[in-house]
Amino acid sequence: MATQHSRSAARMMMAPAVILLLGWMLVPLTMTLWFSFRKYLPLRGGDMGWVGFDNYVSFFNSSSFWPSIQTTLLIVGGVLIITVVFGVLLALLLDQPMWGQGIVRILVIAPFFVMPTVSALVWKNIFMDPVNGLFAHLWKFFGATPVVWMSQASMESIILIVSWQWLPFATLILLTATQSLDSEQLEASEIDGARPLQRFFYIILPHLGRALTIVILIQTIFLLAIFAEIFVTTGGAFGTKTLSYLVFQRVLESQNIGLGSAGGIYAVILANIVAIFLMRIVGKNLDT
Amino acid sequence: MARAITNNRKIINTTAAWLIGLLIFFPILWTILTSFKTEAQAIASPPLFVGFDWTLENYQVVLERSNYARFLWNSIFIAGGSTLLGILIAVPAAWSMAFVPSKKTKDILLWMLSTKMLPAVGVLYPIYLLFIKMGLLDSILGLTIVLMLINLPIIVWMLYTYFKEIPVDILEAARMDGASLRSEILYVLTPMALPGIASTMLLNFILAWNEAFWTLNLTAAKAAPLTAFIASYSSPEGLFYAKLSAASTMAIAPILVLGWFSQKQLVRGLTFGAVK
Amino acid sequence: MRMQKNAIALTIAAVCGGASLAASADTLTIATVNNGDMIRMQGLTEDFTAKTGHTVEWVTLEENVLRQRVTTDITTKGGAFDIMTIGMYETPIWGKNEWLVPLDDMSAEYNVDDILPAMSGGLSYDGTMYAAPFYGESSMIMYRADLMEAAGLEMPAAPSWAFIAKAARSMTDRDAEINGICLRGKAGWGEGGAFITAMSNSFGARWFDENWDAQFDSREWSDTLNFYKNMMDDAGPPGYATNGFNENLSLFQQGKCGMWIDATVAASFVTNPDDSTVADKVDFALAPDNGMGVRSNWLWAWALAIPAGTEKVAAAKQFIEWATSTDYIELVAEKEGWANVPPGARISLYENENYKDIPFAKMTLESILSADPSNSTVDPTPYVGVQFAAIPEFAGIATEVSQEFSAAYAGQQTIAEALEKAQALTNDAMEAAGYK
Repeated sequence: MATQHSRSAARMMMAPAVILLLGWMLVPLTMTLWFSFRKYLPLRGGDMGWVGFDNYVSFFNSSSFWPSIQTTLLIVGGVLIITVVFGVLLALLLDQPMWGQGIVRILVIAPFFVMPTVSALVWKNIFMDPVNGLFAHLWKFFGATPVVWMSQASMESIILIVSWQWLPFATLILLTATQSLDSEQLEASEIDGARPLQRFFYIILPHLGRALTIVILIQTIFLLAIFAEIFVTTGGAFGTKTLSYLVFQRVLESQNIGLGSAGGIYAVILANIVAIFLMRIVGKNLDT
Repeated sequence: MARAITNNRKIINTTAAWLIGLLIFFPILWTILTSFKTEAQAIASPPLFVGFDWTLENYQVVLERSNYARFLWNSIFIAGGSTLLGILIAVPAAWSMAFVPSKKTKDILLWMLSTKMLPAVGVLYPIYLLFIKMGLLDSILGLTIVLMLINLPIIVWMLYTYFKEIPVDILEAARMDGASLRSEILYVLTPMALPGIASTMLLNFILAWNEAFWTLNLTAAKAAPLTAFIASYSSPEGLFYAKLSAASTMAIAPILVLGWFSQKQLVRGLTFGAVK
Repeated sequence: MRMQKNAIALTIAAVCGGASLAASADTLTIATVNNGDMIRMQGLTEDFTAKTGHTVEWVTLEENVLRQRVTTDITTKGGAFDIMTIGMYETPIWGKNEWLVPLDDMSAEYNVDDILPAMSGGLSYDGTMYAAPFYGESSMIMYRADLMEAAGLEMPAAPSWAFIAKAARSMTDRDAEINGICLRGKAGWGEGGAFITAMSNSFGARWFDENWDAQFDSREWSDTLNFYKNMMDDAGPPGYATNGFNENLSLFQQGKCGMWIDATVAASFVTNPDDSTVADKVDFALAPDNGMGVRSNWLWAWALAIPAGTEKVAAAKQFIEWATSTDYIELVAEKEGWANVPPGARISLYENENYKDIPFAKMTLESILSADPSNSTVDPTPYVGVQFAAIPEFAGIATEVSQEFSAAYAGQQTIAEALEKAQALTNDAMEAAGYK
C-alpha cells in the first residue's frame, strides 16, 4: 500500500490545484459575501455602508425571485430530458451497422464546437425570426401562420437552442458506452426471446447507468450557469429570466452590487442544493 | 435470406442516421451557405439553397472591418495557454488522487466540481476589481489564468478517471524495480496516460475557445478573442444575416476543423472513463 | 558637398521629426457601438492618424454588450478605455460622479457653439459638457408615400395618433405582407421602453409624480398601452413584441411597413437605394401627438466621452475634436455623400447648402428642436429626459417594466396586469434606492 512518503508526495502534488481552486472560490466568494451585506450603489457614490440582511430580504421578496428559480430548473430539466432521451436513441441508432458512420458522427458532434453566442444569434435571427427566418418560410409554405418563437414559445426556443448545443455531448458519451456493451450478452438475450423493449430496459439501460450519470452531472454544471443564450435571444423577457440572469440584471442593469451579490449567494445556495442531489447519485455511480 | 434482411436493416439504419445527422448539422450548414449570399439573397423568400450567386463579399467586408487575425490569435493563445497551464497543474493532482487515494479524495474531487457552480456574473465586480489591482485587465495572461481556473475541475476529474484505468500492478512492478517517483511518472505513467491527456486537452481547448462571459468582460482591444469579434456583428443596423453568417463561420471554423480532425481523440475524452 | 550637407540636415530633421512624433504618439482604445455611422468612422481613422500621429484601437460591440462593458469599467475605474461611446442617459449621471473628463476647453476651431443646444444641453451636467455628440437624433414618422396615396389618405405635417391609427389600419394588407405600422415592442429600456415612454408623454402620462411615486396606475398609461396594442394587433407585423430598431428597419427596407416611427437617423438607411427596396417612396412627418401639447418624439445622442483617469487625455481630446468636427462631416460627405454624414449634432450642417437637398434634413432638425428633455410631459415631473428619466435607477427599472409590457403585447398577460406589476416593481426599486 501507499507509504507515508508517497502520501506526503501526493499531498504536495495535489496542493497547487487545491490551493488555486480554493483561492478562485474563496476570494471572489468572500468579496461577494462582503458586498451582499452592504448598500453598494456605484452610480450613487459607491459603498454606502452596512445594511445587514436587507439585500437578502429584498432579493427574496422580489416578485421575480421564485419565477426565476422555476425558470432555471425548467431549463436545466428540459434540456436534460431532451438530451438524455434523444442521446440514448441516437446512440443506439449510431451503434447499428451502416454506411458512412464516421461522417454521420462528425455531423452529429458539430454543434458542440459552436460558441453559445453564435448559436443563439444564428438560431434567433436566421431560423426563428418571425418574418425572415427559415422557420417562418417553412410555416408559410405549409400555409400556417409563422410562430413568433421568442415571445410565444420563448422557453421552448431557449430549451431547443441549448439542447441542440448539448445533444452531441450526450450522444457521444452514450455512444461510446453503448459500443462497449457486450454483444454476446445481447445475442444471448435475443436467443432467449427477449423482446427489443425488454432488452433495452433490462440490459442496455443498466449498462448506460454510469455514462448517464456523467452526462447529467456535467450538463447540470454548465446549464445552471446558462447566460449567453438568454442574453442574446430574449434578454430575460417572456418568462425566461433565470436566477443567474436576475443576478445580472441587479448587478449590471440596475447597478445595485449589494442586491446582486445577495442574489449571487442565493445562486450559490441553489447550485449547492442541486449539487448535493447530484452528488448523491454520482457518488453511488462513480465508485469503481 | 438472412443477409437480405441485414442489408435491408442496414439501409434503413443508414437512411435514418444520415437524415438525423443532416438535421442536426443543418443550422451550421445553413449558416455557412448564408455567408456566401448577398444580404438580399439571405432573406429571400422562398429561401435559396444553392441557386444563388456565390459571393465572397461578406468575408471581404468582415476582414476589412475587423482585425480577424488578431482575434483569432488571441483565441488560440488564450485557449491554448489555459489548456497547457491547466494540464501542468492538474496532472500531478489527478495522479495523486488516482494512485494514492485517501478517504478525502472523493470529497475533494466533488468539491472541485462544485466550484464550477458559482454564477459568473455574481462575481464579476470582485474579479474585475482584482484584475484592475493586479494590472491584468485586457491581458492574455489574465484571461489565460481565469479560463484555466474555470476549467481546472473538469480537467482534474477527467484525468483522474483516466489514471484510474491504468492498472496499478504496472506501477507496483516499476516501484519494485526501484523506479523513483519521477521516473515512475515519466516512463511508466505518461505513455499510458498520453491518450487521455490529449483528449482532455482537446476538450478543455474547446471549452476555453467557446467561453463568452469572461473573455468579453475582461478584455478591451488587446486581448479580445473571437467571442468579442462576434459581439461586433450581432444586430447592427440594417440587414445583417449574411455578414453575421460570415463572421460566425469565421469564428467557429478553426475549432470545427480541429474538432473534426481529432474527433477520435475527443470521443475518448468525452467518455470521462464512463466506459471500461 | 553641399548636397551632402543638405542630405544630412534632412536626415536629422527626419529623425528628429520622427522622434518627436513618436514621443507624443499615443494609441487610443475606443469603445464604440456597432452602428453604421461608427463603422464608417472606423474606416476613416487613417485620416486622424495622418493628422495627429496617434493610432486607434477599436473595440466595437453590440449596444447591450457595450453598455455592460463600459459601465463595469467606469464604475470600477478600470481604465480599459480612453474614449467611450455613451448616450444622453449616461452622460449627466457619470458627469455628476466626476467619472468623465469635462470637455470645457475645446479648441477655438472646434467651435463648441456650433453644436445644437439640445445636444450639448443633454450631454452636460451643471452647465459643463462631458461628452461630445457624434450624432444626434429625435424620432419621426417615416412612411410610404405610395401606400398612403393608395389608401386615399394624406399625411399631415404634424399628424395626430388618431390619424396614424386610421392610416395604419387602412394601409394594412395582410396578404401582401404589408403592415400598416411598425413600432418597437422589444423589451429593454433603450428599445421598446424608449418608444412607449416617448409615446406615453403625448398621452399625458409620466413615469413619476413630484414625489417620485410611480404613475403606472394612472389612466394615461392604460390609455397609452391599450391604444398601442390595439393598433399593433390590427396593423402591426407578426411578433412586434420582439421587434426593436433593427428588426423594424429590416422590415421597412423590405417594403413590409406602411409607417415606421423611429430614430431620425434611420431616414438615411431607408432612403439609401443600396439597402432599401423602397428608397424612392419614403416621406417624413413629425411624430404624432394627441392634442395635449406634447409630441411623442424623443431626443438622443451617441456621444464620445473620456473616462477620468486615462493618461491619454490630450490625445483623446484630439480624437473627439476630430470625430465630432465639421471637418469630419465634410470628410464623410466627400467619401460617402452628404446623405451619409452623421446628422443632428451641428447647427452648421443644417445651414449647409449641400445638405438642404437631403429629403430628411428639415424634418430631422424640426424633430430635434421640438423635443425638450426638461419639459417633456403634460404634467410636471421631478426628472429630466424625454424617453428616460435621468436617474441612475432608471435603466434597471425600465428594462423590467418594458419586459412586463412586452409580455402584454405578446398576449401573455393583460395590460392591466402588466401595469400593476410595473407599478409595484418601480415603487419597490425607488424605495430601495432611498427616494421614499
